Amino acid sequence: MIDDGSPIFRQIAERIAAQILDGTLAEEAQVPSTNDFAAIHRINPATAAKGVNELVDAGVLYKKRGIGMFVATGARDRLLAERRARFAAEYVEPLVREAARLGIRPDELLRLVAEQEVTA
Amino acid sequence: MTAAVQVSHVSRRFRGVVAVDDASFTLEAGRIHGLLGRNGAGKTTVMRLVTGLDRPSSGAVEVFGSDPFENEEVLSRTCFVKESQSYPDLTVDRILASARLLQPGWDDGFAQALVADFDLPRGRRVRKLSRGMRSALGIVIGLASRAPLTLFDEPYLGLDAPSRALFYDRLITDFADHPRTVVLSTHLIDEVANLLERVVVVDHGRVVIDAEAEDVRGTAYTVVGPAGTVAQFVGRREVMARQDAGTYASATVRGRIDEPQRRLADELRLDLSPVSLQQLVAHATSGGPDGPQRPTEGADR
Repeated sequence: MIDDGSPIFRQIAERIAAQILDGTLAEEAQVPSTNDFAAIHRINPATAAKGVNELVDAGVLYKKRGIGMFVATGARDRLLAERRARFAAEYVEPLVREAARLGIRPDELLRLVAEQEVTA
Repeated sequence: MTAAVQVSHVSRRFRGVVAVDDASFTLEAGRIHGLLGRNGAGKTTVMRLVTGLDRPSSGAVEVFGSDPFENEEVLSRTCFVKESQSYPDLTVDRILASARLLQPGWDDGFAQALVADFDLPRGRRVRKLSRGMRSALGIVIGLASRAPLTLFDEPYLGLDAPSRALFYDRLITDFADHPRTVVLSTHLIDEVANLLERVVVVDHGRVVIDAEAEDVRGTAYTVVGPAGTVAQFVGRREVMARQDAGTYASATVRGRIDEPQRRLADELRLDLSPVSLQQLVAHATSGGPDGPQRPTEGADR
């Protein structure tokens, strides 16, 4: 785990969400058990469960009794909407601030963004 | 949740020396706890009291609802892996065979798998084992016992980093399948920080922190940058420690890093980093590195 000061369970939830967003975990796919998460990340199983449960509460994952945990249909769209809502504050604001600091004019910044090739 | 261990106002004095001083805490069943503190803080005495090897001078210890002292029923459900545990000079196999007799929850298949994982020479006598192998033997017994209350007191003397990692991995996976009450007493706090659910920190025999690990983690952060800007950022926030290096300064501030703070730090071009559990424990225990009683940095040694 990366120690960025956020609770470990939240980091687990973020990691699973990221995998749903990039398609590593497809909708209706089974996600690893909390015990697997605990073993992989070398964290307490209760902490892993807390992270997973946060996504269950958000409707991103759902439990099938006795079988395991699955990605809900529509989970990706829900996560995308949530990330888009946070995008300006998390990415655009720091970008604009740094540009201003470096004396890059807004039109220049727009040109730089437009020229940026998206490889992913 | 049910309490596995209840320590109420326990003191233990040895000829006028107070090893444990009015300590009270509860360990809930089915969790991994860290018992942390400096050398001589009283951790081992606390564990000896909990495992019925010693009796408090005053106060009460209850394990699974009973006094553990000379209590066969309680002790059969307890496994205490001591620092530098001594064993009779038998072979590894014989030691494990006797542990199996003493521990009702013993899983021999698991024990054999662990012996192979740690590469322990089964036919070798304890006296011929290296320091690290003896520690590994203690870990094998501690894990394979599956005792409802399992305590590890600095179990790693002589164990290298990969072997310690192996211990953590086996502990997590086995704990997940067979939850029990685990107490880890260690100096290597950063290594186990993410394994702990609950933290009890002892200093000079007193309990100074008794909290959820998650509530302790992230309760302070360090801000680094030009001295004036750091002072501006810190403002009226509570500073636990500060260090000045000419025009640069770093301040350890109590509180959590939140989004507005992150943004402010970014605007002021300051570096924010969380303070590790290890540093927080050091801070809570007087005289430790970064501790409150430490003399000013930069003094010659």
